[in-house]
Amino acid sequence: MPTESISLTGPIATRGPLLEQLHQWVTTVDHKRLGLLYIFYAVVFLVIGGVEATIMRIQLIRPLNNFVSPEVFNRMFTMHGTTMIFFVAMPLVFGFANYLVPLMIGARDMAFPRLNAFSFWMTAFGGIFLYFSFIGGDGLYGAGNAPDVGWFAYAPLTSQTFSQGHSTDFWTLSLLVSGIGSIGTAINIIATIFCLRCKGMTLGKMPLLAWLNLTMGGLVILVIGPLTAAQLMLLVDRYLGGHFFDTQAGGSAVIWMHFFWIFGHPEVYVLVIPAFAFVSEIVPVFSRKAIFGYPIMVAATVGIGFISMSVWAHHMFTVGMSSSGNTFFVLSTMAIAVPTGIKIFNWLATMWGGQVHFRVPMLFCIAFLFQFLIAGLTGVMLAAAPFDWQLTASYFVVAHFHYVIVGAILFGIFAAFYYWYPKMSGRMYNERFGQLHFWLFTIGFHLTFDFMHIPGILGMPRRIYTYEPGRGWDSWNLIVTIGVLFQAVGVLVFVGNLLWSYWRGAIAGSDPWDAWTLEWSTSSPPPAYNFARIPEVRSRRPLWDLKHPEDPDWHYE
Amino acid sequence: MLIPAFILAVPPLSPTNIFAPASTPAQSIFDLSLFVLEVTGAIFVVVFSLLAYAVVKFRKRSSSEGREPAQVYGSSQLELAWTVIPVLIVVTLFLAAARVIASVQNAPKPDSAIDVTVIGHQFWWEYRYPSLKVVTANELHIPVSDPAHPTPTFLTLLSADTDHSFWVPRLAGKTDLIPNHPNSMWVDPHETGLFLGQCAQYCGTQHAMMLLRVYVQTRDEFDRWIREQSQPAQSTSVISEGQKIFERTACINCHAVAGTAANGRFGPDLTHLMSRDTFASGAAPNTPANLRQWIKDPSAIKPGSKMPAMGLSDSELDAVTQYMETLR
Repeated sequence: MPTESISLTGPIATRGPLLEQLHQWVTTVDHKRLGLLYIFYAVVFLVIGGVEATIMRIQLIRPLNNFVSPEVFNRMFTMHGTTMIFFVAMPLVFGFANYLVPLMIGARDMAFPRLNAFSFWMTAFGGIFLYFSFIGGDGLYGAGNAPDVGWFAYAPLTSQTFSQGHSTDFWTLSLLVSGIGSIGTAINIIATIFCLRCKGMTLGKMPLLAWLNLTMGGLVILVIGPLTAAQLMLLVDRYLGGHFFDTQAGGSAVIWMHFFWIFGHPEVYVLVIPAFAFVSEIVPVFSRKAIFGYPIMVAATVGIGFISMSVWAHHMFTVGMSSSGNTFFVLSTMAIAVPTGIKIFNWLATMWGGQVHFRVPMLFCIAFLFQFLIAGLTGVMLAAAPFDWQLTASYFVVAHFHYVIVGAILFGIFAAFYYWYPKMSGRMYNERFGQLHFWLFTIGFHLTFDFMHIPGILGMPRRIYTYEPGRGWDSWNLIVTIGVLFQAVGVLVFVGNLLWSYWRGAIAGSDPWDAWTLEWSTSSPPPAYNFARIPEVRSRRPLWDLKHPEDPDWHYE
Repeated sequence: MLIPAFILAVPPLSPTNIFAPASTPAQSIFDLSLFVLEVTGAIFVVVFSLLAYAVVKFRKRSSSEGREPAQVYGSSQLELAWTVIPVLIVVTLFLAAARVIASVQNAPKPDSAIDVTVIGHQFWWEYRYPSLKVVTANELHIPVSDPAHPTPTFLTLLSADTDHSFWVPRLAGKTDLIPNHPNSMWVDPHETGLFLGQCAQYCGTQHAMMLLRVYVQTRDEFDRWIREQSQPAQSTSVISEGQKIFERTACINCHAVAGTAANGRFGPDLTHLMSRDTFASGAAPNTPANLRQWIKDPSAIKPGSKMPAMGLSDSELDAVTQYMETLR
């Protein structure tokens, strides 16, 4: 297996004029470039979604505030939720999967490079289309009108009767279009992992990241379908006189909920499993130990994938299901705590007895472990249906799922950014600014989302644009809003660090972390075809074997 | 995070504190929630301690420079332990939750129960007492329930338009009002007083100001309130100027005043408007000045309200407000 990196000459080696470079980026089918496009696109939308969150938090900083009108507030939470899930989290996850999976399994590209490009552009146009609603939502009337039905868009609020104009159509069509992209990418990831692994890399010797992305791909294929079907039915209702969700004509509002949440709950795992994947690669390297319990980590991941398909109605404990229905979903939902618990214990056991290096990627992973623990425990509270009758649709549930999506998923993604930045850019990030980002964001995160649980317990529902004084919510909301400022500054430091380091960072070299998986065996950034010679592996940590020929992993596996 | 949750279990913090139950469903949920908080709190302490210990104890030391730690690949005993123990915890929590689900959802309905039909509208609440022939809006009156002789109130939940959710945290968990999908819930308040809450399912522009007010009264007070609400609006035979304007403009397309020509059903029943402390679903105190402002321009008080401004002149506004004040 080659360790020396061989740069290939080709279109990437010689930089043409700006227009030509842009043309290359737009027409690229290279998995690394598409991965970077996904990531770049997601960071732009992360900033947009963050601005929307900030607008909401300013409005809620004190009771009866008049910063924005109720109409604007309702658009903000709809756009914030839709943007962050579909146009930030998913593109980030797909971007990293695109970039890393072929490199880590010793492949030269994804299985279907042109499908890959098609998928990216579908997702990209979906997001741009959604934002066009600010200008085009009212059609010929000219005034802006973004969707305002909430990110899960419960029927019949989305019917023509209650949602006039075209704002809901922008929401529907943008998810339809980006859903096609998601399915394309999922097929690509699965095909790549099954067909393009290098010699010697059996399924049991794949890096965990590949296993976890394989599970994620399977989930995407299964769950985007119901979402797309629901969007099509909604379009039929709105324009062809259908009655799927038209309650005035015998349709069912509850059916929409089932369709949405059988997508919506596994979607959480679509996003968090790749975050698990990053943590499963980074924690071993910065603890200097092999991952603990590899086979059971794989089993737990696949188990989570299956169980997550049977828990969706825990979003619907208050819609009037029978007591036996509620009881079933309590059991299935709580069952998911077992494989996730196994994962946490295995990460801890990986650190146990190791040498923990507190570099920025590891800091984010440690914070991930702490926050994912709390997110899981509040999840157990919400899984107890009667407790959920009080907590759901309150700020407690908002705090809970932001703990998952920010505290776990985004922290995992930040860890991935810092860990693979040297590989992607060829430069080291600035460690001090990375630490500053970590502390600002962590403090802001805890100010915002720890304290957000409390107004929920005190009876504050989500999605209200204002509230009266005297409910005991005022000071908690003030603290929550202050936390947002810390997070916003943290994100600016993060983006600044990425940009600064791209031009000024120290040269990284091919393997700055003394790591063990194949992507570190090629140059940084990798050449267009990744590996001059396709590597051959004998264990899960091929570079460990190379660095420790006296004690290789394949002695033990 | 869990410790503040326990501290919050002190009632005066908020009139809508879920940890200050005043009715059996809320009480059973509270008891369950304490159990769940204890179990999850214990898990938190154990796992957090392990994490903190690992981070401190196994941090990189300069003495270990250049040497890799011993490589450990797994342990079947450990994996078995941290699979079986969580399974046992999950089974325990599941059984505890299942018991409360059954006790709240499958509770038998005694003959002494009061029936109320709650209809959610954008953005107000309609209450109908079918056996007592009373229709009112936004302020729900129910009797206190003595545990020895329970008089619980059973609510049938309907919606006239979009989804809503009935949530009065101190009385019970929330239940959604979904069009074409009747739901039910029950409460049996153990103390009298005013209990607050609000719509908990996003229902449109003014979801935020769809507030809930539940007046729990002694049985005598409640019976008197029912008697008063069953009367027609007024007994004077002279028709005021305000009433003429009210019946001449579009007001009566949406509003009803029992015993008069007004029989609209789209908006709140106004027969006994002045018996209420607030109007517009709790958005404003029911004072003549507020009422006049509301009739003049509803969106000034509650932007997004479905009630249109009728473009009445100042003198017409005075007259209609005066008429409203006679609806006792």
